[in-house]
Amino acid sequence: MIPGAFAYHRPSSVAEAVTLLSELGEDARPLAGGHSLIPMMKLRIASPEHLVDLAGINDLKGIRAEGNDIVIGAMTTQHELIGSDLLSSLLPIIRETSLLVSDPQVRYVGTLGGNVANGDPGNDMPAVMMCLGATYRVAGPGSERRIAAREFYQGAYFTSLEPGEIITAIHIPVPGPHHGYAYEKLKRKVGDYATAAAAVILTLDQGRVASCSIGLTNVSETPLWAQAAANILIGSTLDAASVKQAVAAAEAITSPASDNRGPAQYRTKMAGVMLTRALARAKERAT
Amino acid sequence: MNDTVASSAQRAERLQGMGCARKRVEDIRFVQGKGNYVDDLKLPGMLHGDFVRSPYGHARIKKIDASKAKELPGVIAVLTAADLKPLSLHYMPTLAGDVQAVLAEEKVLFQNQEVAFVLATDRYVAADGVELVEVEYEALPVVVDPFKAMAPDAPVLREDIKDKTDGAHGKRVHHNHIFNWQIGDREATDTAFQRAPVTIKELISYQRVHPAPLETCQCVASFDKIKGELTVWGTFQAPHVIRTVASLISKIPEHKIHVIAPDIGGGFGNKVGAYPGYICAVVASIVTGQPVKWVEDRIENLSATAFARDYHMTTEIAATADGRVTGLRVHVLADHGGFDACADPTQWPAGFFNIVTGSYDFPVAHVSVDGVYTNKAPGGVAYRCSFRVTEAAYCIERAMDILAQKLGMDPADLRMKNLIRREQFPYRSALGWEYDSGDYKMALQKALDAVDYHALRAEQKERQEAFRRGETRELMGIGVAFFTEIVGAGPSRNCDILGIAMFDSAEIRIHPTGAVIARLGTKSQGQGHETTYAQIIATELGLPADDIAVEEGNTDTAPYGLGTYGSRSTPVSGAATAVAARKIKAKAQMIAAHLLEVHDDDLEWDVDRFRVKGNPERFKTMKELAWAAYHQVPSGLEPGLEAVSYYDPPNMTYPFGAYACVVDVDVDTGVVKVRRFFALDDCGTRINPMIIEGQIHGGLTEAFGIAMGQEIRYDEIGNVTGPSFLDYFMPTAVETPKWETDWTTTPSPHHPIGAKGVGESPNVGGVPCFANAVNDAFKFLGSTHISMPHDNWRTWTAADKLGLHG
Amino acid sequence: MAKVQITMNVNGKAVEGSVEPRLLLIHFLREQLSLTGPHIGCDTSHCGACTVDLDGKSVKACTVFAVQAQGANILTVEGLAAPDGTLHALQEGFREMHGLQCGFCTPGMIIRAYRLLQENPRPSEAEIRLGISGNLCRCTGYQNIVKAIQFAAAKLSGAALQEAAE
Repeated sequence: MIPGAFAYHRPSSVAEAVTLLSELGEDARPLAGGHSLIPMMKLRIASPEHLVDLAGINDLKGIRAEGNDIVIGAMTTQHELIGSDLLSSLLPIIRETSLLVSDPQVRYVGTLGGNVANGDPGNDMPAVMMCLGATYRVAGPGSERRIAAREFYQGAYFTSLEPGEIITAIHIPVPGPHHGYAYEKLKRKVGDYATAAAAVILTLDQGRVASCSIGLTNVSETPLWAQAAANILIGSTLDAASVKQAVAAAEAITSPASDNRGPAQYRTKMAGVMLTRALARAKERAT
Repeated sequence: MNDTVASSAQRAERLQGMGCARKRVEDIRFVQGKGNYVDDLKLPGMLHGDFVRSPYGHARIKKIDASKAKELPGVIAVLTAADLKPLSLHYMPTLAGDVQAVLAEEKVLFQNQEVAFVLATDRYVAADGVELVEVEYEALPVVVDPFKAMAPDAPVLREDIKDKTDGAHGKRVHHNHIFNWQIGDREATDTAFQRAPVTIKELISYQRVHPAPLETCQCVASFDKIKGELTVWGTFQAPHVIRTVASLISKIPEHKIHVIAPDIGGGFGNKVGAYPGYICAVVASIVTGQPVKWVEDRIENLSATAFARDYHMTTEIAATADGRVTGLRVHVLADHGGFDACADPTQWPAGFFNIVTGSYDFPVAHVSVDGVYTNKAPGGVAYRCSFRVTEAAYCIERAMDILAQKLGMDPADLRMKNLIRREQFPYRSALGWEYDSGDYKMALQKALDAVDYHALRAEQKERQEAFRRGETRELMGIGVAFFTEIVGAGPSRNCDILGIAMFDSAEIRIHPTGAVIARLGTKSQGQGHETTYAQIIATELGLPADDIAVEEGNTDTAPYGLGTYGSRSTPVSGAATAVAARKIKAKAQMIAAHLLEVHDDDLEWDVDRFRVKGNPERFKTMKELAWAAYHQVPSGLEPGLEAVSYYDPPNMTYPFGAYACVVDVDVDTGVVKVRRFFALDDCGTRINPMIIEGQIHGGLTEAFGIAMGQEIRYDEIGNVTGPSFLDYFMPTAVETPKWETDWTTTPSPHHPIGAKGVGESPNVGGVPCFANAVNDAFKFLGSTHISMPHDNWRTWTAADKLGLHG
Repeated sequence: MAKVQITMNVNGKAVEGSVEPRLLLIHFLREQLSLTGPHIGCDTSHCGACTVDLDGKSVKACTVFAVQAQGANILTVEGLAAPDGTLHALQEGFREMHGLQCGFCTPGMIIRAYRLLQENPRPSEAEIRLGISGNLCRCTGYQNIVKAIQFAAAKLSGAALQEAAE
């Protein structure tokens, strides 16, 4: 219940934050919304000696269009994502997912950056970002770089971020006005992580799938981009046989943990069921 | 103040007495954040205590090194068993005739067992201190399967009683055996089974769960060295018992111990017994002379305090071919964890499990219960269960459904055929209880009509056919439960806690201006006693409820009581309240007669006054009589207007109910949606319908949690899996169904106001109703019994086993 | 660890404190400011009993360090009633509709409902249930809490309508 002691820093710029994190090294952690990190600190599973609070950095906020991309500042909260008209009209899967993340209080404070950066396989946004083909803008002691979400996740709590680096923004290419989308999440109750979840973005051309992208949440050490499963559906009418094949391909890349949500075999099957339902809803929504 | 114009009805309404939805008195402080809970207490010089706990489920303690902890600035002391042993406090007596380690001496018996108590200047330093205590353990083989606890080669768990073959409840037949308890006619039951054309047998397990009130267990102990007096504020559902036990084990005279239970944030049986945290805080306060606060966190609460259930019931029913039950036979394997800390009345090591004949007229029955030790947290009785009544109701209600299935009968029809008939009351059950009153068939019919049961069954049939045709992947289930519970412990002849009879008490004093103070031996943890006891008194004495203050929880001023649990407040203390009020009323009548210059018998009572028979304009209100009591009493009577009653109930009370539930099961995910839940309850006379309804909503929600997901589970090496709200299923407002409630009223003939109690009924009836509904969904495919909890993956697995995933 | 000076506004009053960085906001409120309305019910940020209103957001005070709240505007249940003691519509509604029993979840529940109604003055039942899904209650089964919030919503929007008319 009581965290260990630490020193608190509150930089007012990205440069300052990066300098602090580089200098303090492994003993320092960035603090975004804190609703993943602080619970871990209270259980003393994490004991950073320094916290670098990013809340005072204005450059990390904001949602805007930039060419064909939507750019979302890393410190944008789930609540702000839900309330954004820009996102609702151009990237409705984000709002749908945000509403399924945790509970109302956590959504006021939890950030998109925090949700995608810490490598927790239970977080919802990473699979959605992989599905959307998003890239993360990363600032660090070296020069700024971009990392594709699909390449960002290496293992549980293990990402491509180097020491001293933080995600400053998320760039998402807009899928286009006729796309179908869905985030289908099976959970035990509101506030729970996914037993299994599937994100789908697709477009249809005269009833046939022209493009398809699938992300899976919490059924492996990392979020999964089910490329093979999606490719099976290209050219199909999302008929039962094709969907069944795609589901099998998706199930094949899962390796969920057995936990109180259920044994691994069940969770794999649920990934398949969530994918089936997400495809159906995405199809309905595609125009 | 002439209000003879107001009618009896108007005057009664103004009293806000029994039967009305009086708004709660306690709300005024709670909605403003001005409750007084234990952790709100701040005393000068107060220290904080926190526990070092065992990571192992079974291990020897080789060494405890607290040196680094003691060097931390702010750490005052680190207590271990070695410090408590000279005071004989390293073990404490449990309510079940066993002992429980306060701090582990030579070994630990369950994960998170208390090993050392770190005392510090504030809770943050105490937590740091806990991290610095180093304990060396030697892991031992673990027993977590109760069915293996009595294997010949099972490891010895309780070395402290290894060679004791005489336990608190009779012979122990194995080193991990606690007791065997039997009741009923074994021979006659066996005969009935031999003769029966139809029998069923099923292992019905009720999983280990935890009451999880929102406020955890906590206390502040403050020893005054000058006066030699101990004051303890704590989350105590039974504060007087805590005081007596504290005196017995500390040797401090009982009049020098002041136990105060302030506002309690939910109890549900979690806060009945004593915990190591209380003992350690008291010892630490005595040693330092400063107040010591102990507040456990949630993980500690879920993994180390009183769990509930863990009953494995091999259940058999014998019946005729046309569905009349002829015998019931149950063997229970009871898992009590490392110590039997079960909060049962002394003579009842299996609580009142012998209510298991339920609402049905079984001519013969036999129950045998074997309690065993395992490497799990100690306890057994808790969680709105009324001493194992939840287990018994789940057992019989599931078994009746299984019997109905075997007979090819509708489960409601089978129940209707076997329900105890109204003419049979008071009804003596085959297992020894005398049920006080009930009209069961009328109640069941009312519930079935309310949900249009036949239409539901017709709809179910259609949906089953649609499922077979592949048109739907949802299965509809209809659950019915008719429970009888036994509450209001209890008569002194068979109910005692550690030798103290389970009476309860009320002391009522009327002030000269007609205001009243009432003190009870019970202790509310949210049941609204400040509101409802006043309503009883208002009706009995004709004084407005708003003029009646109700106090509980301060053992210096409240008359001795056994506390609030097992739905006993209304049946026992409620009765004491009425009896005390009637003593006052009798004296008031004499004063009235004196003032009106008539004979006592010339007076009749009318709502709030005594009036002369045949001459109603001549009257004295209770308010006037209160004033008179302080200066105008007839000679021979003392001044004042007060009474105390210690009520020894002649019997328990038997609330009952008929519940019906409709679920839709998503076969492909295992998700169970509750479409409808209807609860009809009979708690006898209803004191406050608003509060009763609130109790039903709350109890049904707890039942929903239990049936649909709660479990405290241990893995094969003794790790408790998921003892936090991340995993322990606590339904939110989104998952929780909407509850429909109704009632019948069958007063208890032996209770002064006919009231039976209601708090636990919804948990007793709710769980089997949900379970029957889920099981019912799969029946037509050949499924007989699916165990709780009915969480997603287990329900999916049941569907998978039936081949439903093609 | 060296202490940090913090200032913030709580229930309309400027307050200051000297805190370790690791001091949780809930402990700062309860122990240094003696505001014991918000409660602690768990250790994994699930129960919501500690909910306060921080800069217009419902926040679990057990999952925020006091230092993070530097300069913030905080409202707890103790600050909800009017200066003359008139209860807020929510406080009244919880009593009218029997939306509490033990009272432990109540401060957090009321403060959460406060922000819910600020953002959505006429919520449907489903929106209310979702809106309070971060607050656990063990006593009421939520049904009367929903009614209490509906009572307050009606009263507040009735008052708002009146104000608008005037």
